[in-house]
Amino acid sequence: MDPARSEVRLAVQDALHTLSSSEDGGHIFSTLGSLKRYLSDTESPALPREKEEFATVHFSPVLRRLAVMSPGWLELLPDGRLEELWASFFLEGPADQAFLVLMESIESTAGPSFRLMRMAQLLAEFLRAGRMAALMEAQCRQRTSPGFPLLRETLLSRVVGLPDRLGNCLQRGNLAEFLPQNYFPLLGKEAVRVLQAVVDSLRGGSDCSVSFVSQVLGKVCVHGRQQETLGVLVPGLTTLTEGSCLWQRVCWRLVEQVPDRAVEAVLTGFVEAAPGPEVLSRLLGNLVVKNKKARFVVTRKLLFLQYRLTTPVLQSLLGYLAMDSQRRPLLLQALKELLDTWGSSSAIRHTPLPQQRYISKAVLICLAHLGDAELWDSRDELLGSMMAGVKCRLDSSLPAMRHLGMIVAEVVSARLHPEGPPLRFQYEEDELSREMRALATPGPAGGGALEAGSPSLAPAPAETPTETPAEAVDSSVPQAQLEGSDSELDSDDEFVPYDMSGDRELKSSKAPAYVRDCVEALTTSEDGERWEAALRALEGLVCKSPEATREVSVELAKVLLHLEERTCVAGFEGLRQRALVAVTVTDPARVAEYLTSQFYALNYSLRQRMDILDVLTLAAQELSRPGRLRRAAQHGHPGPGTYCSPPLAASQPGSAAAPDWRLAVEERIRSKTRRFSKGAPRLGPVGGPNAFNSVAGCFFFPLIQRFDRPLVTFDLLGDDQLVLGKLTHTLGAMMYLAVNATVAVPMGKALLEFVWALRFHGDAYVRRGLLSAVSSVLLSVPAQRLLEDLPDELLEARSWLADVAEKDPDEDCRVLAVKALLLLERLKDKLLLPPSP
Amino acid sequence: MCESPGRPGPALCFCVPSQSPGDCALLSMAAHVPPPPDPQFVLRGTRSAVHALHFCRGAQAQGCQLLFSGSQAGLVHIWSLQTRRAVAALDGHGGQCVTWLQTLPQGHQLLSQGRDLKLCLWDLVEGRNAVVDSVHLESVGFCRSAILASGQPRWTLAVPGKGSNEVQILEMPSRTPVCTLKPEAGAKPGMLMCLRLWQANSGPRPLLLAGYEDGSVVLWDISERKMCSRVACHEEPVMGLDFDPQKARGVSGSAGKALAVWSLDGRQALQVRGTHELTNPGVAEVTIRPDRKILATAGWDHRIRVFHWRTMKPLAVLALHSAAVQCVAFAASGLLAAGSKDQRISVWSLYPPT
Repeated sequence: MDPARSEVRLAVQDALHTLSSSEDGGHIFSTLGSLKRYLSDTESPALPREKEEFATVHFSPVLRRLAVMSPGWLELLPDGRLEELWASFFLEGPADQAFLVLMESIESTAGPSFRLMRMAQLLAEFLRAGRMAALMEAQCRQRTSPGFPLLRETLLSRVVGLPDRLGNCLQRGNLAEFLPQNYFPLLGKEAVRVLQAVVDSLRGGSDCSVSFVSQVLGKVCVHGRQQETLGVLVPGLTTLTEGSCLWQRVCWRLVEQVPDRAVEAVLTGFVEAAPGPEVLSRLLGNLVVKNKKARFVVTRKLLFLQYRLTTPVLQSLLGYLAMDSQRRPLLLQALKELLDTWGSSSAIRHTPLPQQRYISKAVLICLAHLGDAELWDSRDELLGSMMAGVKCRLDSSLPAMRHLGMIVAEVVSARLHPEGPPLRFQYEEDELSREMRALATPGPAGGGALEAGSPSLAPAPAETPTETPAEAVDSSVPQAQLEGSDSELDSDDEFVPYDMSGDRELKSSKAPAYVRDCVEALTTSEDGERWEAALRALEGLVCKSPEATREVSVELAKVLLHLEERTCVAGFEGLRQRALVAVTVTDPARVAEYLTSQFYALNYSLRQRMDILDVLTLAAQELSRPGRLRRAAQHGHPGPGTYCSPPLAASQPGSAAAPDWRLAVEERIRSKTRRFSKGAPRLGPVGGPNAFNSVAGCFFFPLIQRFDRPLVTFDLLGDDQLVLGKLTHTLGAMMYLAVNATVAVPMGKALLEFVWALRFHGDAYVRRGLLSAVSSVLLSVPAQRLLEDLPDELLEARSWLADVAEKDPDEDCRVLAVKALLLLERLKDKLLLPPSP
Repeated sequence: MCESPGRPGPALCFCVPSQSPGDCALLSMAAHVPPPPDPQFVLRGTRSAVHALHFCRGAQAQGCQLLFSGSQAGLVHIWSLQTRRAVAALDGHGGQCVTWLQTLPQGHQLLSQGRDLKLCLWDLVEGRNAVVDSVHLESVGFCRSAILASGQPRWTLAVPGKGSNEVQILEMPSRTPVCTLKPEAGAKPGMLMCLRLWQANSGPRPLLLAGYEDGSVVLWDISERKMCSRVACHEEPVMGLDFDPQKARGVSGSAGKALAVWSLDGRQALQVRGTHELTNPGVAEVTIRPDRKILATAGWDHRIRVFHWRTMKPLAVLALHSAAVQCVAFAASGLLAAGSKDQRISVWSLYPPT
């Protein structure tokens, strides 16, 4: 037997005995001092062999013994000398064992106690002293003897799970050091220190492994703590890897060694934390080429399956792929697959809009990174996918979807087909289109901006500030000239202009004064000005003379429905629509009959059919508005904004000032009038019959009856789904407006049947209409009648709603379904309550 | 305040048409914009369209300010601005439209031009209203006459001459014809439309600005009887012009949609400084206020427009009249009067001079 080993064993046994039996502080102190010899370089250090023997075999038992010391024990000597010595065993001995013993003793101590707190404080001190780095470093150096996978595993789970375990043990008494938001950044910092040590030792020529750090990193990321840890680690590595090949290789090794199941979490964390493609490339190297799992994560998962990366992060990810010749094929492959997905009609129908935006952005970024030569070979394939996607999107009835299709089509076609005539769509410029276009501008500029700025700085916002000052300068130049040349500064600079908004073009042509004249002017007049004046005057005339209108109502509706914009009239659509609505309101039954019959007639454009629906909705809304009759009576007086008669029209700008004037006069009268008693000065809204009540059926049933009978020119269930969507919305609105009407019950029944027939429609716009229709049925039909007359329909609707609320790809649909479900619930509550009275 | 006429500075500063809508929008957005002002009062009772207005100037008004208006029916009404009633009506044009009114600085004497080819000189001292003199005109065009009088007994009168494009200069009160200004044979400016006589402070020579049917403004030197400068300001006939001798800058309005501002340099050459687009075409008269701060236009679109004279910034659009506004006039006190085809005269007080 080795004499050193036995000697150490004897000494330790002796010491342990003393510790468990002695009550004398001085004795204990000297015993501990003798053990301390084996740990550090005190005045009489032990032999190295003895030290090693103590560290590997006896350290843990000694620590365990120390950990269960009673509270009074530490105060046996004054000044805390004993306590200091005691703590030094934990803080200076081999870190892994000390850590494990500390954790073990904390976890085994039940309930809050002095010892628990003391151990927790010791652990906090352990962390503060940077022993975690020593722990990991020791694991890195142990490469030669990986003998204890179990120990390693335990260590790993303790290191990563420390906040959870401590939180469980200490409950409310938890220390700030152990909170995840503090602990994980610390872990990141320690990891950098460990890597520093590894790099140093590699420089010194000795081998080292980073696999333990990789494992820690992987586990931390799997636990969802990427942000805290990598937020510290990645910036540290970013600066350290700059210009040092050794550091880069260590870093690549670090990522490569991450266990497979943690690759996704780690990579996502790195991509999000890295401030740009260059940095990402430095940190990850050619990982995606070497590691299959990593390739899957980068080229499939982050691009297709998830869509949570922000645009700058997406840019840096794709930029990373583009930066190395070995990775570029992956980028081209990704572009092909992205465009393929973008063009697939099933994907368009079944993926939510944000994901489609994400994929579109990815496509544009890929295009910006790829060169013409690389694109040339697969140009036809890419164009084909793009065209398919554009077609599907333009067919969509959601404006946002069409908009997206147009933007991507313009940018992609300009890139893939630069020699051809540019594709141009008419759409409103907005934030999205500008951002998308900025994404597609070739790489170097975007990459440079990213590298320079922080990760949150996208190129698009980076450009806007530079534009704004330029504009400001532009607009201020004439201003400056203006002021500069005005050498004489007079008091008349203070001349404040009066309101000149009434200064409009004078219309010389006289507007017709009768409805019949309007009809005639609109049908026969060749004089553009007269025609326009008639159109402008029509709404006011119809409101002013309902009797005269009723005589020609259907004829007038026909004229208006077929009216085409002959000259460029500002606000033509609105004028025509308002006039049609006024006519419909004046003579609802007959005009509604005419309009609904025309909706299913042969020779109309989609625009006209949509107009019919709009007009019917607006008219129904107007008819059902409470207090409408009173307003109609007042309408005969020259109200503001009506072009009733020529003299009024002539003094139009003057009348704009009238309300101010009237207000001032009324205010003055009020202030000068003394009142003896204050009765109700204003009457509440006067109750009146709902005018829509009697005609709701005329509006509703002709529209709902024939939707499933296709015509040659009009197929609601086929291509004309946009009109179908509009129709569903219109029917829902009418249902809602027919609240309290007697006809509401059959209407609701018909509408629920209609909804049932169309519930699996592929178009999100139609589904939204159906869902809102269900809601309006629930709102408008009395609860009692719903339950008596339509119980089956309600049950069916309910299961359908639950299904939609859970599974529909369109977010609005889900929200609407949830709302309808809530209404249904409320209905149930209402029915369950009353039995008591 | 006074600057040499050759200095090109100030004319640069007013809005060119392309910018003005933006400026207006900015202004209306930036601060609270006061609503359009109301008139001080409206004079009714001319019983026919008002074609000429003139405020009685100077001390001889004796505290009681008077406003003269000439109507289509040939009457000249004298309005008291205190009582706001017509004091008298002068009938001297045989029922023909009165197109121009002007008082002489030295006394209670009023000049009126009518379409009966007569220019009458009225004596109004102490309530009298008699025609003391009349000049026969030889042309029945649109042109209003002009005078140059500075308190001396002798004054100069410019009236449209025999030919439609001629100007006749008379020395009054002797009625001596001084000269006839006739464009050269090659220049075909069309009919004479408006006149403005003035005399530069530096020189004794009277100068005449005349607007013509082809839209050009011409500067005549009367003593040399020659055309000094001619500039095409408008596409349409010049309907009215006014000139600010101190700034050597003038403004003209036409039947078209724009006001033109032009200036006179040291060598007596006219230069267009800019045009200002209007919403509706047709300006019957342009007048600069005596203190040269603002100017007003009488619009065929029923509206009176007020501009800042130095910057040509639009200040107000006064929409009270229901027919074309034919004439605008400023009083020395800053009052603005406008006469319209709707037989009303509106009197406004805007940006009162301090």
